[in-house]
Formats: sequence, C-alpha cells, structure tokens
Amino acid sequence: MKLFFKYMAVIIKSRMQDKVSFFFGALGQFLASLTSFIAVFFLFYRFKTVKGFTFSEVLLCFSIALISFSLAECFARGFDQFSAFISDGTFDRMLVRPRSTVFQVLSQTMEFSRIGRLVEAAVVLVYALHTSTMHFTAGRVFTFIYMIAGSTTLFSGMFVIYASLCFFTLDGLEFINIFTDGAREFGQYPLAVYGKRVLQFCTFVVPYALVQYYPFLYVTGRSSCSLYGLLPSAGILFLLPCYILWRFGLHHYVSTGS
Amino acid sequence: MLLFQYSPDFLRRLSYIHSLDLLFQTKYIHSPMICAEHLSKTFKVARRNSGLGEAVKSLFKKEYTLIRALDDVSFTIPDGEIVGYIGPNGAGKSSTIKILSGILVPDSGTCTVNGCIPWKQRQEYVKTIGVVFGQRTQLWWDVPVADSFDLLKNIYDVDDGLYRKNLTDLTELLDLGDLLTLPVRSLSLGQRMRCEIAASLLHNPDVLFLDEPTIGLDAVSKLAVRKFIKTINEEKKTTVLLTTHDMNDIEALARRIILIGKGHILMDTSFETFISRAGACSTDQCGADTSASGDKRLEELTASLYTSLGI
Amino acid sequence: MMKTYLSFFRIRFTRSLQYRAAAFAGILTQFAWGGMLILLFRAFYESNPQAFPMPFSSLATYVWLQQALLTLLSPWAYNKDIMDSIQSGTIAYELCRPVDCYAMWYVKNLAERLSKVCLRGLPILVVAAFIPSPYGFTLPADGLHFLLFIVSVILGNTVVISLNMLLFTTAFYTTSTQGTRMLFATVTDFLCGGILPLPFFPAAVLGVLKYLPFAAVQNTPFLLYTGYYRIEDAVFNIGVQVVWIVILVISGRMWLSASFKKVTVLGG
Repeated sequence: MKLFFKYMAVIIKSRMQDKVSFFFGALGQFLASLTSFIAVFFLFYRFKTVKGFTFSEVLLCFSIALISFSLAECFARGFDQFSAFISDGTFDRMLVRPRSTVFQVLSQTMEFSRIGRLVEAAVVLVYALHTSTMHFTAGRVFTFIYMIAGSTTLFSGMFVIYASLCFFTLDGLEFINIFTDGAREFGQYPLAVYGKRVLQFCTFVVPYALVQYYPFLYVTGRSSCSLYGLLPSAGILFLLPCYILWRFGLHHYVSTGS
Repeated sequence: MLLFQYSPDFLRRLSYIHSLDLLFQTKYIHSPMICAEHLSKTFKVARRNSGLGEAVKSLFKKEYTLIRALDDVSFTIPDGEIVGYIGPNGAGKSSTIKILSGILVPDSGTCTVNGCIPWKQRQEYVKTIGVVFGQRTQLWWDVPVADSFDLLKNIYDVDDGLYRKNLTDLTELLDLGDLLTLPVRSLSLGQRMRCEIAASLLHNPDVLFLDEPTIGLDAVSKLAVRKFIKTINEEKKTTVLLTTHDMNDIEALARRIILIGKGHILMDTSFETFISRAGACSTDQCGADTSASGDKRLEELTASLYTSLGI
Repeated sequence: MMKTYLSFFRIRFTRSLQYRAAAFAGILTQFAWGGMLILLFRAFYESNPQAFPMPFSSLATYVWLQQALLTLLSPWAYNKDIMDSIQSGTIAYELCRPVDCYAMWYVKNLAERLSKVCLRGLPILVVAAFIPSPYGFTLPADGLHFLLFIVSVILGNTVVISLNMLLFTTAFYTTSTQGTRMLFATVTDFLCGGILPLPFFPAAVLGVLKYLPFAAVQNTPFLLYTGYYRIEDAVFNIGVQVVWIVILVISGRMWLSASFKKVTVLGG
C-alpha cells in the first residue's frame, strides 16, 4: 500500500539523521552473526561432521536462519518492540488513528540496521555454495527461497505472539526469547541434531521443522520427496493463529485498560 | 441548527445533570454530540509493598487493589460547546477521555459520540475525532513537522484540497510558518504543542479532546493556544472537551465545567456558578480574602472547593 | 559511606525481587537454552568422541554453571541506566567525586547482577542436578577445587565488572551508546566463552586467549569446578585473574576521573 511506503520513507529519513549510529548498529549486527559463524567454524574444525551433515550443508541452514531472522526483525520490528509501545502510550495513539492496528505496528518502525546480519549471512551463503558439492536443480533452488520466506513469516509470527502477550502482562515474557533468538541460534543447525523430541516439538507445536528441516532434506538430496518443497507454507499459515491471538489480546487490553 | 428541542430523551438525560443551570443557559441544542450514561470502570492494580521482607513475600503471592476510576459518570455535551473537565489527579479524567476516544471499554454504562459508540466502530469513529495528549506526542520525532502532517493526511485519507486549505489556515492561526521544516525534536514545548493541536485538526474532526494541552507552556504559548481553540470552536463549531489543571484555561475558554472527583461527577454547571460556589466554600473556610491577585484567586478557590468536597 | 553503598545495594536488590514473573520466565528460558546447547553438544560428541575436549558430564556441568551464573558473569548483564545517565547529562546531578563514582557504579552493577543471580541461579542448578547424567549438573571435582571455584567466581565477577566500567566511560566520548554497547557485547561475550565454551576453541587461539582478561571471567571458574584445571593450572589462571583486576581497576579509575575532568571543563 502506498501508505506503507510513506511510513517507510519517514523512517528511513529519521534513521539517516544519525548515520553514525546506524553504521555502528549494522556493524554490531554483523559482528554478532560473525561470532556465531566462528563458533560453527570452530566446532567443525574440531569435529568435521555432525549427525551426517557436512560443514557446507550446515552453513546453508545457518544462512537461512540468519537471513530470515534479519528480514523478520527488520520489518516486524514493531511487534518485537511492542512492550515499549504499550508502556509509553504509543499504542494508545495508534488506537486513535483510523487504520488497522497490525498495519500501524508494522509501519511504526523498521530496523534497517539488521542489514548487517543480512550481509553476513549472505557472505556465509556464498561461501557455503562455493564449497558445496550439491547439485542444484530448479526445484531445490525454489525450495531454498521458499524456506527463507517461510522462516521469515514464522519468525514474524513469533514476534506477533510476543506482542499479543504484552497486552496481558509486561512481566515475564522473557521466555519468548527461546522461540525468537533461540530459534535463530539453534536453527543454525538442521533440527534433527537436537534429537527426536525436539524435532517432534518443532513439527507439531511450532512448525520450525516444517520450514527448516524437512525441506532441507529435499534441498540436500537426502530425500527425493518434492512435496517437502511446499512445506514452508506452514510458516505462512502459522500467521493465522498468531493474528487470532493478537485480536484476543487487543480485546483484553481495551477492556482492562493500561 | 439553532433549534431548541425538548425531546423526551433529552429531558430524561437532563435529570442526571446535577445543576439545572445548564437548562437555562444553553441557547441551542441540536442533538447531543457527546452523551455519557452511567459509565463505570474499575481497575485492578497489583500492590507492591516496600522493604525486603515484603518483596520476598511477593514472590509467592500477588496482592491486588481495586481502584474505582469511574462510578456512574453521566453527562451530555451538545454540539459546538467547549466544556472544561476538571478534578484533582486520579479523579478519573483520563479514564473518561480514554473511553470517549474508544481506547477503553467501560465495565458498565454506554456513551455515544456523534452517534457512534466509540469502542464499537473504532476505525470509522476515530476519523471524526481529534485527540491531543499533553505529555505524549503524535508527531514523528526526527523528521520535519511538514512530513508528519503529510503522513497524517494519508493516514486519515484527507482530500488534497481540503488538506491544503486546513494546513494554510492552521499555519496562519497558530503561526507555524517557520516550524514546518524543523524536526519535532528541535522544537520548544510551546512550539510543539501548537503543532500537536494543528495535527489533530488536519482532518476536520467534529470533536476535539484536549488532555492537558497547556501543561508546561510559557504564558505566551498558553495565550496563543487558548485563542486558537476559541477561534476553531467559533469558526468550525468543533465540540471541545478540555481537561486541564490550569483554571485560567477554563476561564478563557469554557462556559461550562464538569467537576469529577474520586470517580464521581460532583458538579456540572456554568463557570460563573462554579466560581460562586467555590467562593462560598472559601469564605466558609478562611474568611473573605480579596487581596490575592486574579490568577492566584482562581487556584485558591478551586483548591478550597476540592477540600470542602473531600477530593 | 559504607551505609550509602549498602542502601543502594538493598534498593536494587529489592526491586529485582519484585519481578517474580520475570524471574520465573528467566529461569525457564535459561533452562531451555542450556538444554538445547547440551543436545547440540551431544550431537557433536556422537560424531567424534575423541575430539571432545573433556568428559561429556563435565561439559554439561559447564553449561549449567554458565546458565546459572549468567547474570553474574556475562559481560552484557550490566545495568543500563548508568550509560543512559551519562548520555542524557543527568550524570551532572550525581555530584560525586570521580573516586566515589567508580565505587558507586561498581556497587550498582554488582547489585543488579547479584539480585538476578540469586533468583535464578540456584533453582537452575537444583533442577539441573536431577537431570540424569551425563546431561545434568554434577558435584565439583573435590573440596579444594570447589574452594578455588568460589574464589575464582568472585575474581571473575570483578574482572567483568571492571570491563563494564571501561564501557561506561566510553559513554563520555560518543553521541550514541548503541554502537559501543553492541560492539562490546558481541566481542567480549564471544571471547569469554559465552557463545561457545572456550575449551572448544582451536589450541592456537586458546594459546593467546589465556593471557587476555576474557578467559578470566567465566571460563577459569568453570574449569576449576569441573577439575579440568589441575591445581598447577589453577595457580596460573587465578594469577591471570588477579593481574587483570589490578590493571583494569587502576586504569579504569584513572580514565574515569580524567573523563569527569574533561566533562566539567567543557561543561558537558
């Protein structure tokens, strides 16, 4: 929508006021993901493989996790920062404006400094592709891109869940961290390495495995079931229950006051 | 528009008003713009006690206090009127404004503003109102004021021609010419408040809620804001509900005062009646004292009235 | 003077205790995080047990200790308000001579860390102790190692807070602290072993790291607890901790008083 781009223009203009800050933010992001990468590198330096996955395969996983997380954090940042909006009254202001609350939260802020992480992940991806011995078909490439899309919407959905919970309480929401930052860090490895129970949880409760693991099996050739390539749709469908929770939380907020 | 109507509905509502002064002083009633009926709202606040022992206890059991913010609040405000909504801190003013702007749903009672129930048709309803919160800004911090205005134009879907006209009028009336290119963060409080008020009127709302608009402003800015509100009310017939602690704002703008204390409406009268009542209380308390200057006198009168009412 | 510090401490501490829901959530989060880490290491262990630098149960104990003492020993777990007050200029209201300021900030930092650790640390260790070995939290190698561990934790905490002090002082020189904070958090956390426990680093890297203050923060105490460091190693590593404390505290105080002078001369 045209209005969304207008918001974006204002935010970009606003960020560009302090270029130094932006640069350091992006640099910090870059370094944070770099240290994650170095950790993976050190581990593979010592161990060579894990659960049958090679270094370059794991790096594919790594880049998907980081690219999708930085995209989600960039555009769904409003939900990530939602507790601040409630406590400083910004959300009340949104309620007085004739636009949908979801739209306004999305448009309120965008964290472009996440580009630092994105750049790092892209570099890792290039490196992974370079050292990979895999054969890339059109189907696999499509799946790979679809995995990124699905992961991005899945992470955004987790942010929406966090924001919805903010309607009920501002305390004790730290554990959502596991599903956002945790998913990013632990999602750097194919989910199967964590064991059967984690894989089940990530298939049936929060569909991480459906966007990250099973399609990955197809991309790396461990499975020839091309249907796996469509599984990242689960990430997009996941937004539906998230939205329902948001409406429920909004109703609670308006009924009980702040 | 200047018909004097005695609809049975109106008479029924009238009986909720504490003073009949209003009946004789109102010159015209079309249909009530704002109509609040028996609004009640209770909040549950977690209690946090001080001290180490209490803090450890709170780890295991949470205690709550119930706060009755609003208790059977009713009033009617006709189209085009400026009403001063006053009361001590914590009396329930903010809660009322929140309910009227659709941000809060009351536990019981209803209200209609311009025919709409605020919280029921939110997106449609808020197009017709403007809200200014004194302490929080609705403008974007790091970009020029004009950019904020432009964004608001798009948010409210204001027609180009209308927007340009409004912008010109508001810029002239509030003397915003030099400010439009400056980012909001570099404005003084007085300048910022003028921009806030302009921003809330860009879309031609029928009703304007002003929550402490003159707080922290210097004398010159206060006068400018008051003059502006009066002008807008006269020219566009915008209904204004003004919350403030500054009694001079009331004196300058509002012919009618609604006093709320501890969640109850205690007075709903004309400004003159309010002053004479307050004067009577003051005389009772400390004897007639005409030596104080005009401004201070208002404050003292109000304070003594609050004390006598026990709020 | 001591009384003032104690009251600062008590206020901070009490305030942190109020947020019980936050504490509970924090425990859950850290528990899940530790669990996932151990599962990850298990996968690597299974692929090549020989390459594992220590017995698996030691590694599990390292992870649980790391989670339990997270707010005590992590470089990023400092209180944010000090840097904000320098930025906003409200530091001018703290009419403190530079010497006292260092001590006061130190106490505030310590109080923040300790209060969070008290709430979360013990429950995590208690629950982790019940996890079947080799994934759970185990007892220390022996009494002497445990004693050395306690000493080392205190020293490590001092090292990390003195590192924080340096970070705080940079706020006098930058317009926005976001960049420096992020830089500090990522680099130091990694070098301390917060992203990957230091024993997994290649030997060449470790050879350099062991002389830097970062290894002295949490890696030394944890390795002492599990007995990875023998008594001979303990002497060297605790010595490194002490040396860095001296260096960091002295230079930190000097730099802080110089920064204050600069601010008062220029009018902040």
